Amino acid sequence: MLEVKELHKQFGSIHAVNGVSFKVEQGEVLGFLGPNGAGKSTTMRMITGFLPPTSGTAVVNGHDVITAPIAAKNQIGYLPENAPVYSDMTVVNFLRFAAEIRGFSGSARLRCVDAAIEKAHLEKVRNQSISTLSKGYRQRTCFAQAILHDPPILIMDEPTDGLDPNQKHVVRAMIREMAPRKVIIISTHILEEVEAVCSRAIIIANGRIVANGTPAELKTRTDSHGTLEDVFRALTLGDEPLRKVS
Amino acid sequence: MNFIHNTKAIFKRELKAYFESPVAYVFLVVFLMLTAFLTFAVGRFYESGQADLRGFFLWHPWVYMILVPAAAMRLWAEERRSGTIELLLTLPVTLTEAILGKFLAAWAFLTLALILTFPVLLTTLYLGNPDIGVALAGYFGSFLLAGAYLSVGLLTSAMTRNQVISFVISVVVCLFLLLAGWPPVTDLLIRVTQDHTSLNWLVTGVASLSFMPHYESIQRGVIALRDLAYYASVIIFMLFATHLVLENRKAA
Repeated sequence: MLEVKELHKQFGSIHAVNGVSFKVEQGEVLGFLGPNGAGKSTTMRMITGFLPPTSGTAVVNGHDVITAPIAAKNQIGYLPENAPVYSDMTVVNFLRFAAEIRGFSGSARLRCVDAAIEKAHLEKVRNQSISTLSKGYRQRTCFAQAILHDPPILIMDEPTDGLDPNQKHVVRAMIREMAPRKVIIISTHILEEVEAVCSRAIIIANGRIVANGTPAELKTRTDSHGTLEDVFRALTLGDEPLRKVS
Repeated sequence: MNFIHNTKAIFKRELKAYFESPVAYVFLVVFLMLTAFLTFAVGRFYESGQADLRGFFLWHPWVYMILVPAAAMRLWAEERRSGTIELLLTLPVTLTEAILGKFLAAWAFLTLALILTFPVLLTTLYLGNPDIGVALAGYFGSFLLAGAYLSVGLLTSAMTRNQVISFVISVVVCLFLLLAGWPPVTDLLIRVTQDHTSLNWLVTGVASLSFMPHYESIQRGVIALRDLAYYASVIIFMLFATHLVLENRKAA
């Protein structure tokens, strides 16, 4: 279970995340929605222990990210935005490094790397240098790193960004397949993705949560009970006039 | 135990990273050619008629000043530029383990470069009877000097995502630390402050920051505790500052 408690993050005068709290249980796939700059990535970076919050905390399966960061990080698999990977390494060496840091050694290390390569469909490129890979393969390499220790909590920042439709389909299938056993959070601004994989969605704008519910519940929030896109626009544009997209 | 395990994992990855790109080979070739050129051609090693390594170690502070920042600039700047720092620091490792792993890997790499200069030692052994103790002390002093330069480079690398900026700042800081104890610079400082004797402490303070006197005393074959303490404190201070810089970064 993941519990986020009153997270705040201030960069100088900018209040990037302003009091975000929510809970996610095992089996849920939480979609994190919001316009660019709304605070999605910043929130994820605080949960994963990359950025220290200005105040507030997150508790990951009982481990507080502030007071027990290493125990919390052990529970989490994280796919950062733009899937950063060490491009000088080969796919298999990169994953072996991640496995070693995750505490695997000897034959257990080889086995978990092989399993991750299989799950992320990387067999064809396993000995290739990451710098020579296409965006889709790099994304999947970073994804393999996030799942190789079978973490109970999986956090993915725009996991399908920049992928072609086939690759998106593969990633979504993987998310659905893992969902029952894990807590999963994905951030996205592709609304169809929310309907495709998420059991619940949080819409965040200007650092605050403006809506929290199942995709179906969210749709009923506009008078015109239209699409998720209408809801998204209504909630995140604030006072700006809504223009109907025909 | 985790501490050693994680530091080792980062150490191995970082050391391999040198050899997975051309950086390592370019560095080694340039370092060996430059030290050989300076020792034999500029330093007139043969003409001096002395079978010792003084003319070889004399150049190390200057060669390191250019090359060590080049070997260090990638360490954090590249992680920040490519965003892999986010990956590294969300793995279950502490910042201290990451800093130490990288520092030791780069130091091991520089040590390899230093060891590969062994033909110079063999040449002097062939030509005469150098004092082996002094020669080994010379190598040890050079090893420590490389570590001190490297710790400066690691800090400047953590301050920016641009490797060129890291390189330039690091060269300037190293130049300062090199020249601060150099007689022409201390003479200048003494002249500037001669009307203010109360500032004498400043001159001696700045001079005692310098790598030079400590390097030279070890080159004479004297390994004194105060020189070891000097290098240890420079390195520890710089690693600690790196920790602070990385902890207080605002984003990747």
